[in-house]
Amino acid sequence: MDFDIIFGNAARAAFGPEAVILALAAIGLNVHFGFTGLLNFGQVGFLLLGAYGTSVSVATFGWSLWVGVVVGLILSVALAVALGFPTLRLHAVMFAIVTIAAAEIIRILIGSTDAIGLTGGPLSVSFDAGAFYDLNPYPDGPHDRYGVGTFEFTGQQMWVITVGWVLVALVSLVVFLIVRSPWGRVLKSIREDEDAARSLGKNVFSYKMQALIIGGVIGGMGGVIDAIKTSGADPNGFRPQVTFFAYTALLLGGAATYLGPVLGAILFWFLREWIESFLRQLSAEAWLPGAVADFLSGSEGIISVAMVGLTLVLLMLFRPQGITGNRTEMQLDAR
Amino acid sequence: MRRGIVLAGLALIVMLAWSIPSAAQTEGGADEAPSTVLKGTLRVGFDQFLAGVEINVADQSGTSLGRAVTDSEGQWSVAVPGAGTYRVTLEESTLPEGLGLREGFESTVEAAVDEGASRAVVFAVGEAPKGTPFGERAAQTVFNGLKFGLIIAMSAIGLSLIYGTTGLVNFAHGELVTFGAVIAWYFNSSWGELNLIAAAIVTMIVCGMLGAGLETGLFRPLRRRRLGIFQLVVVTIGLSLLGRQLIQLFFGAEPLPYSDFQVQERWEFGPWAVTPRELVTVAVIIAVLLAVGLMLQWTRFGKATRAVSDNASLAEASGINVNRVVLMVWAIGAALAGLGGVFQGLDTDIDPFLGFQLLLLIFAGVELGGLGTAFGALAGSLIIGMSTEVSTLWISPELKFVVPLAALILVLLIRPQGLFGIKARVG
Repeated sequence: MDFDIIFGNAARAAFGPEAVILALAAIGLNVHFGFTGLLNFGQVGFLLLGAYGTSVSVATFGWSLWVGVVVGLILSVALAVALGFPTLRLHAVMFAIVTIAAAEIIRILIGSTDAIGLTGGPLSVSFDAGAFYDLNPYPDGPHDRYGVGTFEFTGQQMWVITVGWVLVALVSLVVFLIVRSPWGRVLKSIREDEDAARSLGKNVFSYKMQALIIGGVIGGMGGVIDAIKTSGADPNGFRPQVTFFAYTALLLGGAATYLGPVLGAILFWFLREWIESFLRQLSAEAWLPGAVADFLSGSEGIISVAMVGLTLVLLMLFRPQGITGNRTEMQLDAR
Repeated sequence: MRRGIVLAGLALIVMLAWSIPSAAQTEGGADEAPSTVLKGTLRVGFDQFLAGVEINVADQSGTSLGRAVTDSEGQWSVAVPGAGTYRVTLEESTLPEGLGLREGFESTVEAAVDEGASRAVVFAVGEAPKGTPFGERAAQTVFNGLKFGLIIAMSAIGLSLIYGTTGLVNFAHGELVTFGAVIAWYFNSSWGELNLIAAAIVTMIVCGMLGAGLETGLFRPLRRRRLGIFQLVVVTIGLSLLGRQLIQLFFGAEPLPYSDFQVQERWEFGPWAVTPRELVTVAVIIAVLLAVGLMLQWTRFGKATRAVSDNASLAEASGINVNRVVLMVWAIGAALAGLGGVFQGLDTDIDPFLGFQLLLLIFAGVELGGLGTAFGALAGSLIIGMSTEVSTLWISPELKFVVPLAALILVLLIRPQGLFGIKARVG
């Protein structure tokens, strides 16, 4: 049992690109759910369009990577608008289910054999993200490593996570500024009592739509980072549980707070990877009975995701406001 | 032949493609040049691999470069001289009977490959377009749609009754369905060799107890603590993730069939060719739905359930034991969901995601009809089942789940309260 390696893996996951992507998805959700009270269960759809917009623009149409990034973000806006019109007037629970359904529709269409010519279908798509790595200021030789002990990254990874965390910081700052403004107070009033906001002459539908677009674009940025990180996109990476992971991160850190989603995303990946690495090391231990070792080996990932589910349950039972949240702000009653 | 979703479903010949770094490849031999390979795996659905199918590879001018025959795992590979674009042809005549390339796909595809890399080539294989007239195929899909809609409706009863009596939207309901399918599989094929009918009955009891346990052990205390609706939804999402992972942990991710009733002769009824298994599925579900409807309408317990749905506090004040009603609703709903899982597993094989995939359609059916209306949920489920199956007349079966979900969004655009819901002012 080597706790150095376990800690190294967990720390790398906590600050690596996966955590950046999850943080962006959770910040977007925070705008939807935390501040506006919109139960968006289809956040993964925005990530999907961000990732595929970037990948397909470069791989299929041969455009530059930067055009692809813009296309990805525009597609996220388009999804928010297309989704918002029929659904923003729905009962909160119905809204939740329709958003899951919409994200699934997109995933099935993009991943189907009929779409092979455009998106690669079930084979996934890959492209050359060289334009991004050309700007990499970190020397990236085969022996260049950045970090301490087992917690280290290569030059390319450093570049992705530097850009990623700067983006997370900027987005968090923007969210902080707009939510503190009069505009943000209207959002919160809609969350607390939609009818009251309407009776004060606020156009609730329009505010909800704006919130949906902003949160969606932030999710789309997560998708773009995902596409650049993996130089491509795969339909299986965008299943509904990605949205639930983002909710876990958001609720863990604290919904309706400014740093909660970022903190939650870091913690989420730290704990998930810690558990997985720990189990992997455990299943290799000699003193473990053979049957237990056989059961564990190969199932580490499954168990760590099961722990995510358990975390959600326990969090709601014992600390619904998360680590940093304010309990009174989380007395949301979905209407 | 047509075994519901799986066979008619994702019919792909999937080729897993990844470039093998030349370093890894040359490890064995001394200075062997990395070989450039075109390869693939031919399969239909998840688990039916196609052996003995011939693949020919030619260069751009049509000169044949090699040929391969798929092995028992459906795999083939052909080494090519180097980088370039090659024409890969699947010999359709060597496909097993009844299978062919799906409409709109060519038997020859062009594949570009880099020097020293291996490249995956995909063919879309599925059921060959049959010579059956359109009317007959339409009749068959309508029957399939009825069956699928009924399975959705039976699984939806619990979801909709629990929502009605407690206001809880249970995202873990799909996992109750999966749990039913999996438990019945263990009784039928693993532990007991129990006949599937007996296994289904035992399954209903186990699922009913699980439902009652969830209510007494978790949801009743939570209601007492006045947790908000959102928090409760998140609890069920957590349970759903937990349940799905646990089932995957013990059952595995591979789809497996029951050991009973797999091979059956079809009975011909006019345009319909139906297996006894499918007839029993439809008959049993109709009987169950009738029984539940009559129970809700006429029995004391049914009246109490409707009273609690209508207004729980008023029902309690009139002397109805609300907690007992809710407990019964959980037990019955979970047992029916489990039975729905058994029928769905009989139709498509059992895998840990069976219920979650059904969950969206169950929600769609319940919403389409109008949240909290019993009759509406049945009608909505039938519409969802029908539109899923009938759409395969025109579109690829791979895409059939898109249709009901899109229909749901369209209907809500026009009637936000659902087809049979009562209009309430929201938003």
